[in-house]
Amino acid sequence: MTVAGVTGLSRPGRNFRGTFRLGDLALRVAAGLVLLFLFIPILVIVVFSFNDPAGKFNYTWQGFTLDNWAHPFKYPALTDALKLSLNVAAVSTAIAVVLGTLVAIALVRQRFRGRTAVDTFLILPLTSPEVVMGASLLTLFLGLGWATGYVTILIAHVAFEVSFIAMTVRARIRGFDWTLEDASLDLGAGPGRTFLRVTLPLIVPGIVAAAMLSFALSLDDFIITYFVSGSTVTYPLYVNAATKAAVPPQINVLATAILLISLILLAVGTLYRRRRG
Amino acid sequence: MAGVAGSTRQRSRIAPYLMILPAMAYLGVFYVVPFFSLLRTSLSEMVGSIYLPTLSFSWNFGNYARALGDYREQILRSFGYALTATVLCLLLAFPLAYVIAFKAGRFKNLLLGLVILPFFVTFLIRTIAWKTILADDGWVVDALGTVGLLPSEGRLLSTSWAVIGGLTYNWIIFMILPLYVSLEKIDSRLLEASRDLYAGNRRMFGKVILPLALPGVLAGSLLVFIPSVGDFINADYLGSTETTMIGNVIQTQFLVVKDYPVAAALSFVLMALILAGVLLYTRALGTEDLV
Repeated sequence: MTVAGVTGLSRPGRNFRGTFRLGDLALRVAAGLVLLFLFIPILVIVVFSFNDPAGKFNYTWQGFTLDNWAHPFKYPALTDALKLSLNVAAVSTAIAVVLGTLVAIALVRQRFRGRTAVDTFLILPLTSPEVVMGASLLTLFLGLGWATGYVTILIAHVAFEVSFIAMTVRARIRGFDWTLEDASLDLGAGPGRTFLRVTLPLIVPGIVAAAMLSFALSLDDFIITYFVSGSTVTYPLYVNAATKAAVPPQINVLATAILLISLILLAVGTLYRRRRG
Repeated sequence: MAGVAGSTRQRSRIAPYLMILPAMAYLGVFYVVPFFSLLRTSLSEMVGSIYLPTLSFSWNFGNYARALGDYREQILRSFGYALTATVLCLLLAFPLAYVIAFKAGRFKNLLLGLVILPFFVTFLIRTIAWKTILADDGWVVDALGTVGLLPSEGRLLSTSWAVIGGLTYNWIIFMILPLYVSLEKIDSRLLEASRDLYAGNRRMFGKVILPLALPGVLAGSLLVFIPSVGDFINADYLGSTETTMIGNVIQTQFLVVKDYPVAAALSFVLMALILAGVLLYTRALGTEDLV
């Protein structure tokens, strides 16, 4: 070991650089393969949106058709489920953003007794398995004698979103230069104007990022919703029921459409940020 | 109106409490209270007729004995699967996170976007896609059979590895992102310094990169392990009756069999085991820097 080290010290050999390049290449190939792994099912979903399935299940390739894309809303139950999920995601996110942002701002801006306790408490919902959260909410609703449905789904979604939003906003606004507010006040802007022109522009990007995350989490949630939904059917619940009865290719069409819309939003967001510098 | 400075200072004593109050009250009612109601359920018994049973609280610890006795196999399997999936996520995510953090240059944001993109498709639909890919009459089974890697009657679907693979795929994003964040933060001058001091690749990785990436490894492992151990979708879609996990049992007991006390006891056993595991793990890695 030491001998090799010493020889390396006297002349950094070609051998060392050679293995370094090879290792570098291996690393890039490995990363590329993992990225490919992430996209394999996505490719299958997109390809199967053009499938013309013979039976009830869109599991095996039969033939190419544009029919599914021509009639994306052929199954009203699927469309209704998607609409309901978008509704739940929007309403629950709106509520959770208010609750979560207030906590995040208090945690970053204010010094108060019990601050660390609040911090720790907020992490708890993020570390509880969904199946336990769903089960515990169900026992509460059963105990209270509440019928499960839209309202209980909304309640459950807000409960898991608040922590995500508080943590995301807190991480985004920590380390901001809050003396800008003092500067604004010193320069004669009133508290209202300072909030609108200084504070809000500082915190809005963080809130938007948190709201998008929360919206996506709500739209995708299956496990907690499954426990508290009763006979109400959200988009993931429809998909789950479909796997037991019939999987129409329209599921793939709508999933691909959502992916495309996300891609466009992502691109627009990136360009917008780049233009603003 | 009093002076601005005076009014803000006066407000600030109760202001933080007013700001945290709505969220704390909400989580109190819809997060903390449900846990007590779950705890109460886990110590109750079902009484009355079979058709309309009611819960009666009776300090019935027998539910825990039943949960641990009847479902030990599923509990052990869940922890085994989740642990394997976490290790696989770490092994797969590290090279990708490393390349994005150190080698991607101006493609960094594009690659990050690409990594996140697949997760805009609903979790269930992604899992159904894996079902198609791994199907007995699918091309993957065909190809592996032709090459001789899979016996002629061999299957991929309905095996333990299909479930573990599904868990790995569905939560790997929660490993990639924290790993990337902690690798990104590493000062490149430290890497240059280790090079200048004649550290080889292996030493640089072991002595500089890995210790500095540890917070990401820790956060990522927890973010993968916790949802994996409680999951029931992957076992349901990709597994068989031989791969049932604890989540499947809790779900069935709650929503199909409606044996609430045992299901609640199982939920608490799961929580307690996760908590114990997390504490051991954080202590072993010797870091408390979770966020």
